[in-house]
Amino acid sequence: MTQHDTILTVQDLRKSFAVRGGLLHTLQAEVKAVDGVSFEVQRGEILGIVGESGCGKSTTARLLLRLIEPDAGEVCFEGQNILRVFATGLKAYRRQVQMVFQDPYSSLNPRLNIEDAVAFNARVHGASRPTARAKAWQALDKVGLRAAQFGRRYPHELSGGQRQRVNIARALVLDPKLIVLDEPVSSLDKSVQAQVLNLLQSLQKGLGLTYVFISHDLQVIEYLSDRVLVMYLGQIVELGGAAEVAAEPLHPYTQALFASAPSMNPDARLERPPLSGDPPNPINPPSGCRFRTRCPQAMEICASAAPPLLPIGKTAHQVACYLYPEDKNCSPAGPQRRTAAE
Amino acid sequence: MADIVLPEYAPNVTPDLLEGPAGRPMSYWQLVGWRLRRDKVTLAAAGVILLIVSSAVLAPYLAPYDPFQGSIRLRLARIGSAGHLLGTDEQGRDMFTRLLYGGRMSLVAGVTPVFIALLTGSTLGIIAGYLGGRVNMLIMRLMDIFYAFPSVLLAIAISGALGAGLGNTIIALSIVFTPPITRLAESVTTQVRAWEFMEAARASGAGTLAIIRHQMIANVLGPIFVYATTLVSVSVIIASGLSFLGLGVSPPHAEWGLMLNTLRQSIYVNTWVPALPGVMIFLTSMAFNLLSDGLRDAMDVRL
Repeated sequence: MTQHDTILTVQDLRKSFAVRGGLLHTLQAEVKAVDGVSFEVQRGEILGIVGESGCGKSTTARLLLRLIEPDAGEVCFEGQNILRVFATGLKAYRRQVQMVFQDPYSSLNPRLNIEDAVAFNARVHGASRPTARAKAWQALDKVGLRAAQFGRRYPHELSGGQRQRVNIARALVLDPKLIVLDEPVSSLDKSVQAQVLNLLQSLQKGLGLTYVFISHDLQVIEYLSDRVLVMYLGQIVELGGAAEVAAEPLHPYTQALFASAPSMNPDARLERPPLSGDPPNPINPPSGCRFRTRCPQAMEICASAAPPLLPIGKTAHQVACYLYPEDKNCSPAGPQRRTAAE
Repeated sequence: MADIVLPEYAPNVTPDLLEGPAGRPMSYWQLVGWRLRRDKVTLAAAGVILLIVSSAVLAPYLAPYDPFQGSIRLRLARIGSAGHLLGTDEQGRDMFTRLLYGGRMSLVAGVTPVFIALLTGSTLGIIAGYLGGRVNMLIMRLMDIFYAFPSVLLAIAISGALGAGLGNTIIALSIVFTPPITRLAESVTTQVRAWEFMEAARASGAGTLAIIRHQMIANVLGPIFVYATTLVSVSVIIASGLSFLGLGVSPPHAEWGLMLNTLRQSIYVNTWVPALPGVMIFLTSMAFNLLSDGLRDAMDVRL
């Protein structure tokens, strides 16, 4: 990974969804799905985004591709703000940034055989029929599906893992620079997950790709990512190198997440879950720090204002929590970490 | 990476119906056609339809008599009478000739409205389903107004208002069949639109028209087309019913429903001749129903 070669910059991205209802279809409330998210993606890295259901991971992914329009903020790809480009510029952007979707079943058109499904993306960008077909064969080959054998099959004839390979092939056919993967393995079983993850890893290395990898599975994120971004209710709570975050999670939420991941070591298993309850309703989030209602170490200050995302010392590790005052060098005032159960 | 072993596709899992003739790559429509050719019931239904349609089209060449020329002395001849294989009607006109000519009217009244409704209904439905929101609301609530009346009653009301005649029957039936097709098209479109592959297509940079053409149409048109085929039989029956009530084709023209009406008093004199137009209506609508069943099965790639 080359330092300071930023491929994607996200500045203060916001998106809220209107909740409409009632007899007159009036605005009832707003869900702030993504609320002021800023981060950078370095060329050639894998940035993992992790968080529980409803924290805004998938919304962030769709905002990055501009599949939905953000309310505010900037997404700059190689220095160009893609929220300000129009039709042709957007098409050019979508050639360089591709997405792999979560559901291997609904993400493939049941009426298109996989060769045509993959070739469609090339056709969209002006490739002739034979060229598109050749590109589709190459892309299928890259993901380990022999087009001669599988090309004419329909999605329903493939297994979940094979379908997800087709999805990856479809993203690869345009030779993108960045791929946003929205929970690409979460609906696959463990052994197939491993195959697909290995495939993704080797593709990333071999083709020099950059990934934004979204998952709710910490083990997957830890395995694949260079850096991890932890989201809670539409905001970033922690950001840092995957190894550092895994070794020493700082935010109480991250700690709880890691503590809740099942351990291979029977002695390290927990008696009771480190966190109880559901995340608060995003329509009406708590004041200040959004995690304070479930945080075992919540303080008075947490209710007053949202803690900013600040770097810990001089490292690249950032956390949004009052337990870590500025200028302190990674020795917080007194959180007991990773021992949540005791 | 090289260590990933892909499971070989188990050949015995795939019934040969899915595959087509060994190894030959097929497009979707080739596959549908190939499957249809192996479905005997559907083939038979298609054969019956072909027979009825061609006999109607070729009526002037096939008919042994003039459809309007009767004979006072030869009224209600029995089936198998000399010179009149299927007997004669209450005015002594040859039944075989009348049935051939009647098929023209009945088929036109059966197929044309469904075709018109297919065009208008699927266009409206796809627009409503794809755009959603207010447009959807406007179109679908408008259709609900038509839905408030039973279809036969609506057809009678419209052709009653417009007056008798084949043209008005077609207009009335087109109006009757547009709402159900619109509703089906809308629901299928809404379903398909929610699938992730539509979003994937957008993410690839494709424009709306390309998405509708390449990703949407094949998924939407299949069910609509099959449904429309079932409507043909309904349409034949309602068109005949309108003629029976005197709202469709007017005498002396031949039309199956009208023939049924004018012959009904004769049923005590000659039992089987008056039943013939009914048999034709039954055969035609049955054949269209079986054909639509077969089409539905053949067009479902997941089967």
